Amino acid sequence: MTTNTKDSCETCPIHDAAALKKLGVDMSDFDYVVALAGNPNTGKSTVFNALTGLRQHTGNWPGKTVSRAEGGFEYGDHKYKLVDLPGTYSLLATSLDEEVARDFILFGQPDVTIVVVDATRLERNLNLVLQVLEITNRVVVALNLMDEAKRHGIQVDERRLARDLGVPVVPMVARQGEGVPELLQAVGEVANRKTVGKPYRVKYDSPELKKAVTEVTKQIENAYPELPNPQWVALRLLDGDERIAEALRKGELGDLTHGDIEKRSAQLQVIGNQ
Amino acid sequence: MTTENTQSLENILSTAQTLRWEVGIDFHEKVTESIYTDAARIADRATTRPEEKPRFDFDRKLDQILTSRVWGFPLMLALLMIVFWLTISGANVPSSMLATLLLDTIHPLLKGFAATIGMPWWLDGFLFDGVYMATAWVISVMLPPMAIFFPLFTLLEDFGYLPRVAFNLDNMFRKSGAHGKQALSMTMGFGCNAAGVVATRIIDSPRERLIAIITNNFALCNGRWPTQILIASLFIGALVPVQLAGLVSSMAVVGIALLGIFLTFASSKFLSKTWLKGEVSTFSLELPPYRPPRIWQTIYTSLIDRTFIILWRAIIFAIPAGAVLWLSANITIAGTSLAGYLINFLNPFGLLLGLNGVILVAFIVAIPANEIVVPTIMMLTVLVTGANGGEGAGVMFELESGMETMALFEAGGWTLLTAVNLMLFSLIHNPCSTTIYTIYKETGSKKWTWVAALAPVLMGFAVTFVVAQVWRLVEMIL
Repeated sequence: MTTNTKDSCETCPIHDAAALKKLGVDMSDFDYVVALAGNPNTGKSTVFNALTGLRQHTGNWPGKTVSRAEGGFEYGDHKYKLVDLPGTYSLLATSLDEEVARDFILFGQPDVTIVVVDATRLERNLNLVLQVLEITNRVVVALNLMDEAKRHGIQVDERRLARDLGVPVVPMVARQGEGVPELLQAVGEVANRKTVGKPYRVKYDSPELKKAVTEVTKQIENAYPELPNPQWVALRLLDGDERIAEALRKGELGDLTHGDIEKRSAQLQVIGNQ
Repeated sequence: MTTENTQSLENILSTAQTLRWEVGIDFHEKVTESIYTDAARIADRATTRPEEKPRFDFDRKLDQILTSRVWGFPLMLALLMIVFWLTISGANVPSSMLATLLLDTIHPLLKGFAATIGMPWWLDGFLFDGVYMATAWVISVMLPPMAIFFPLFTLLEDFGYLPRVAFNLDNMFRKSGAHGKQALSMTMGFGCNAAGVVATRIIDSPRERLIAIITNNFALCNGRWPTQILIASLFIGALVPVQLAGLVSSMAVVGIALLGIFLTFASSKFLSKTWLKGEVSTFSLELPPYRPPRIWQTIYTSLIDRTFIILWRAIIFAIPAGAVLWLSANITIAGTSLAGYLINFLNPFGLLLGLNGVILVAFIVAIPANEIVVPTIMMLTVLVTGANGGEGAGVMFELESGMETMALFEAGGWTLLTAVNLMLFSLIHNPCSTTIYTIYKETGSKKWTWVAALAPVLMGFAVTFVVAQVWRLVEMIL
């Protein structure tokens, strides 16, 4: 970074808006809940630390964070509670850490989910992004490790990616703090509903699968018009996921979207205690 | 929930059930495949890769060496040795400086202050000889080695070396009937067993996870490294000329750590052949790219995250321990202190194990925190031998140099056998109470918690007993 760019950065609206106040463990009176998901070892904890000012121990190996860590930050008049989820490759919930991550995105109903992806391993990382997009459209993709991608000669077109995925994509080098203001900006806009994602939905090409998904999705849409993610629920039901059937039975999936913050906070508590 | 809704849900569920059969048994694969195909397409459109040209790839080259069949293990050992050698030889000077400051300078000042204001002897003794000395002792003994060891270890971690260790060990875990990822939870255990137990969540199969939880205790933890390092440098290092002392004591510590790893394999194998039989699951372990460690940040976080937190924990437990020890050393019944009774009671059993009553009492006192084993031993030894340098009973000894510590141990009747068995028992005994509680929370089973807590103590008794008997037999023959 030369001084020149820094000067022009300071005149940019993003820079002014980036009055980030790191609140550490103070999470009182938060307005929004932000979840931090991603593959293992993509720098979730580094992003977490950059936003909250906490010193959650980061390590260069997959599986460092196995339980949830929480912290707070304030940005542009709003207080956010940030939840660092365990790193997972998918949300199909075969192990405990995957279940923790999935349950939080699903039942915790965060206002924004940041998915941190490794720019050097985009293909594998997008598997998770697509699964998150099936559950919620309030997603910001943090395209991390851009420096490593550059070192390997890989160019990633983040605009193209944002168009294809239908949600904001922010290139970052979280270890150096690059991209943090842009990330905050994007998170703020999704939280305030200034940006509404039109998420990419996976095309289930195999004819039998397509037929089954379409059929069940239609039924679910009829019975639960409030549900934000009918196709995903349909897939889970087709897969015989008892937990999801149970959640539908209890109304855990639909009601919470419009619940007030207090109620949701209580719900978070319940998940946290599991 | 209305009946109407319930009705439609049951309809949906039964439709799903029927349709699922139409899709076929490879439903899961088909879904995953669809996701992968789309992910690949989107990634491909957004990414431009350089022309395929063979070029020197640093990461790959390094991996070939660090995870090679021939060099993987020797390099691992060499790295461990270097870390301990730096720790042991680097910690000596600051340790004695701290001891001089806290024990030789501040303690007399406090005593002088107490005398000036006419504090009653028992309050003065309780506060300054019990509580203060225990704390000062813990700081001067533990802070320097930890402040060197943890940053070094964290640098290796930040660089990306730990997954390579896991890769090297994977095969051996598989052969022991355990999950390869146990290598990672074990490595975490080298920092803290409670953290290692939590880290087993990355293992999906409950059987293999339970094995990993129960055997995590054999990974030498923060609280026990200082004990190993101190005893090794005093007793083992003293066997060889000064120039070699640092090297030989590091080898002894690495030897104990390796024995711990061996016991992890052995007990995993035992469990998977007996009560926890089952298939070994496969998994893929990603070797992350090597990253240049951020030196200052790593030193900062490892000081805050590990060193000071561990030190704080040690102090928190040392304060009441110091107080209780001082009291039990000064409350006497029929001329013998309470501590004296307990020590005398456990002494015969201790000697049978090549240890002594003092050491056994110290391990009981240190159940909440392994960190205070050595300070407690020191304090109790002073008490029973009366080698108290003019201080009252139960005062932790002033130890400006290793020689004085040695003199104290010798007064307590210590031999090389005592030192070796103390190192062994410190490796093989019950986990600290925090770890036991964590095991209970993670397994939710009282039975397995008991197993994890008691099995290691019994093993420790057995190992030290055998070593003591063989040692004495050999000594007799020679």
